[in-house]
Amino acid sequence: MALKLTDLKTEAHNDWCPGCGDFGILNAVQMALAEMNVDPSNTVMVSGIGCSGKIPHFVKTYGVHTLHGRSLPFATGIKLSNPNLEVICAGGDGDGMGIGAGHFVNSARRNVDMAYIIHDNGVYGLTKGQASPTLPLGTKTKSLPLPNINQGINPIFLALAAGFTFVARGYAYDVRHLKDLIKRAVLHKGFALVDVLQPCPTYNDVATKEYWAGEGNLGPDGKPKPRTYKMEESGYDPVVHTGGDAEVADKIHQAVQKSFELGDHTPIGVFYQNEHIPTYEERLNQRMPTYRSNPPAKQEIATADGTPIANVSKLLEEMRV
Amino acid sequence: MIGGAQGTGVDTSAIVFARAAAFSGLNVFGNREYYSNIKGEHSYFRVRVSKDTIRSHVDTVDMLATFDDETLVRHAPEVRKDGAIIYDPDLESNKLENIATIEPPVRSSLTQELTKNGLGFTLKDIVELARRRGVHIYPLPYLTLLKKVGEKFGETSLSNLNRMVNVMAVAASFALLEYDQDYVNDAVRKQFKSKPKAAEMNVAAVAAGYDFVREKYNGSYGVKLEPPSSKEPRLLLRGNATMGVAKELAGCRLQTYYPITPASDESEYLEAHENIDLYGPAAAENPQLAEAATIANRASITVVQTEDEIAAITMAIGGGLAGTRSATSTSGPGFSLMAEGLGWAGMNEVPVVVTLYQRAGPSTGLPTRHEQGDLRFALHAGHGEFPRIILASGDHEETFYDTIRAFNYAEKYQTPVIHIIDKAMANSDATMPMFDLNRVKIDRGETLKGPLGAPNGGEFERFKLTPSGVSPRPPVGTKGVLYWNTGDEHDALGHISEDPTLRTMMMEKRMSKLDLADKEIPLSEKVNFFGPKNADITLLSWGSTKGAILDAMDWLSQDGIKVNFLQIRLIHPFPTEHVKDLLSQSKKIIDVEMNYSGQLGGIVQERTLIPMDQHIVKYNGRPISSEELYEAVKQIAKGNAPKRLVLTHGA
Ligand SMILES: Cc1ncc(C[n+]2csc(CCOP(=O)(O)OP(=O)(O)O)c2C)c(N)n1
Ligand code: SF4
Ligand SMILES: [Mg+2]
Repeated sequence: MALKLTDLKTEAHNDWCPGCGDFGILNAVQMALAEMNVDPSNTVMVSGIGCSGKIPHFVKTYGVHTLHGRSLPFATGIKLSNPNLEVICAGGDGDGMGIGAGHFVNSARRNVDMAYIIHDNGVYGLTKGQASPTLPLGTKTKSLPLPNINQGINPIFLALAAGFTFVARGYAYDVRHLKDLIKRAVLHKGFALVDVLQPCPTYNDVATKEYWAGEGNLGPDGKPKPRTYKMEESGYDPVVHTGGDAEVADKIHQAVQKSFELGDHTPIGVFYQNEHIPTYEERLNQRMPTYRSNPPAKQEIATADGTPIANVSKLLEEMRV
Repeated sequence: MIGGAQGTGVDTSAIVFARAAAFSGLNVFGNREYYSNIKGEHSYFRVRVSKDTIRSHVDTVDMLATFDDETLVRHAPEVRKDGAIIYDPDLESNKLENIATIEPPVRSSLTQELTKNGLGFTLKDIVELARRRGVHIYPLPYLTLLKKVGEKFGETSLSNLNRMVNVMAVAASFALLEYDQDYVNDAVRKQFKSKPKAAEMNVAAVAAGYDFVREKYNGSYGVKLEPPSSKEPRLLLRGNATMGVAKELAGCRLQTYYPITPASDESEYLEAHENIDLYGPAAAENPQLAEAATIANRASITVVQTEDEIAAITMAIGGGLAGTRSATSTSGPGFSLMAEGLGWAGMNEVPVVVTLYQRAGPSTGLPTRHEQGDLRFALHAGHGEFPRIILASGDHEETFYDTIRAFNYAEKYQTPVIHIIDKAMANSDATMPMFDLNRVKIDRGETLKGPLGAPNGGEFERFKLTPSGVSPRPPVGTKGVLYWNTGDEHDALGHISEDPTLRTMMMEKRMSKLDLADKEIPLSEKVNFFGPKNADITLLSWGSTKGAILDAMDWLSQDGIKVNFLQIRLIHPFPTEHVKDLLSQSKKIIDVEMNYSGQLGGIVQERTLIPMDQHIVKYNGRPISSEELYEAVKQIAKGNAPKRLVLTHGA
């Protein structure tokens, strides 16, 4: 039975501000899951804390709304326990690149087969608009008393350096395009990042919906020219096809270059994808041949009467005197 | 006692010594002391052997085996009259002032002692000082003997030969005690199992040591180490590995950790044994395994070294959510980082086990030394209020069974369990009776197995209010149902709610699980009580002080001092009524703890309103010895001790 969009909606009260970019992301997630016809009870959305962190409550799959900055290790524990689950993480830019930056980098080293959506709004929405790690130096958004004193992180560049095997950027109000990116991220074998430009109409009065639509950026025809463009439309190929060192180096190089195109000409789409790097699950299975066929969460550990079935006699024999 | 610079095989020699003794049926207790350093600093190992049960170390040394100068300098004064010192005569001319790692106060007190005795400041003088005290002195020319061993094996590299000094020191010690050489050979072969050539060369080193001692010092020591007449099969256990085996048996299938002394050895042990054997018939019942016939009868534990302890606890919680028995092991600094995660697990009723290896704090404190300073922290870590269960094991055997209980309680009460042990136990080796695996039962509580069917599109009331406070729990990912989790207050489905009535009910639901645990956990697991009911003195303690207390009690009763001992094992929920009952019959309560403030004593007083009459505390980073405890209790019994006695022994 095909999954309908409405099957993925919950009755939980949604308290995002009207016009928030998070709605676009939510729609894209639901559309992607419906198109992929996932089994909701085999799917888990894991989030951090922030406005963005509430997203699992609005998606009718398993939802785990964790701690500020910690969605990735929680999700990793779930996924490694039961690698058959579809695990999708989501969180704010502060959540992922401020308090959770250590997990952002180290999760890339692991390359667990999960997708990660960052609601990149340049502010700490839920705590009333302080500067987030992606807000550029000198920018003064609405509730900042003074312009931002820190430089902004380039999430794409950071993700490439950390070793994400799928790196993409989407735009919250280009829902169809974002839906496609999310689908690709979920289907990607390995750890996949989708950084989503997410207007926060309440606190970010700089990178607004109008800004991205091209307000004040007139094209040759005198009309506003959108500030985003789709890389794939200009023939950009992000995919590592054979996995050779030279090819990987080339693809990383072009992605890094793209990651520095910002401002009036901001690329969206997939920057880089490499499925030739083994996932953490594959690495575990190399060492533990039963890992995939009998993963942690599925293992029987006792008979019906509670007798443990692990046979530790060899270990005890080592200690016997 | 055997010692040497870190990285020179002190640990190997100690385990060889302990095994060789245990192989003949003797009981063994050994503990290791080392600096937070990789190479060069002094470390030492104390091993006691006896036909009787022994559970602790003592301060006086019967026999000191050294192969470097520092061990000799530091520990020679601890050797009792009529004891023995083995040393390397090649080092005799070494000067005290040239041993850089000796701290100035140690050096100056030795210098004074040497001057007083009209001696110089070389190792020769230090040996002489011991000789004058009546210590037997046995020079052992290591290199000369090892060169001969090397010749037989075509080994000329001095550094390779030097690697065998530790085993030779062990051999010479046993030779002086006229102990059967075969046991020593067996222990050496076991130690070098994976390197047959090294094994045989070390066996030859044993022979060289034995031959030399027989020839030069035959029977001169006058103490014989004889095996007991009958030998029971036993286990020679080290704390970390005991925990590892118990976790595998308990069904722990995800262990996360960030490296920290003294906890990481356990995770490394688990990683080295990550493929787990299963019992045949039981394995066949497992449909997952039936699919993969070639690898039948095997399972695995996933061990993840994380980027920090925040990731360690939250990843373990993720495992718990998905239905895996999950744990993380850490020590104080790491546990500090876990506080927020712990609260999330409490809020979301997730089973997770935290194994807390205490070491001396605060901050990095004495990173490789012992303390019991984290009791109150374990009790209170995390903001807000949530249920937790805290177990504290007293020795290796308790650790084993408590580990299984920790996982059972985590799932039965759907809450974090903190299992506290400490550095002294983690790094000690002891002979213990074989485990009775029939005593081990796994109870997964109300963990539901899928697939399940639920109406309303599969939405499942994971946090349903129930009379017991425990709600049936399908792990995340169970087919046919779904629900949510959040650290915010939530309704039965797990959606955020700030409704005040619901909040009250949910708080009561979660916290009431503690009452349930208090009711259900048997008394025998909550406390141990040793000794006569009516005694003059009651010792109150927890954790690894147990061994020293029990050993000291034996001596005290020989002196006619009547002592009993209440060991608290379930710290939370605290067995208030039972403890009150027992302590109200005590004439004098002495709180014995390895911390500054007497944390357990404070908790007991808080709960029972019974004050402590006396405290014996120690916080110099060195575990309590049975001797110093014995002396302390004797002093108290005589009535001439301060209300708070601070013990200070240990190097
Ligand atoms: C440990 C911790 N520190 C601080 C907070 C307070 N806090 C809640 S949300 C948030 C920032 C959210 O910003 P972001 O992650 O960008 O998410 P957004 O709200 O913008 O979607 C902070 C600091 C917290 N919940 N936990
Ligand atoms: S504060 Fe900004 S990010 Fe948060 S809900 Fe409102 S618009 Fe969205
Ligand atoms: Mg944000």
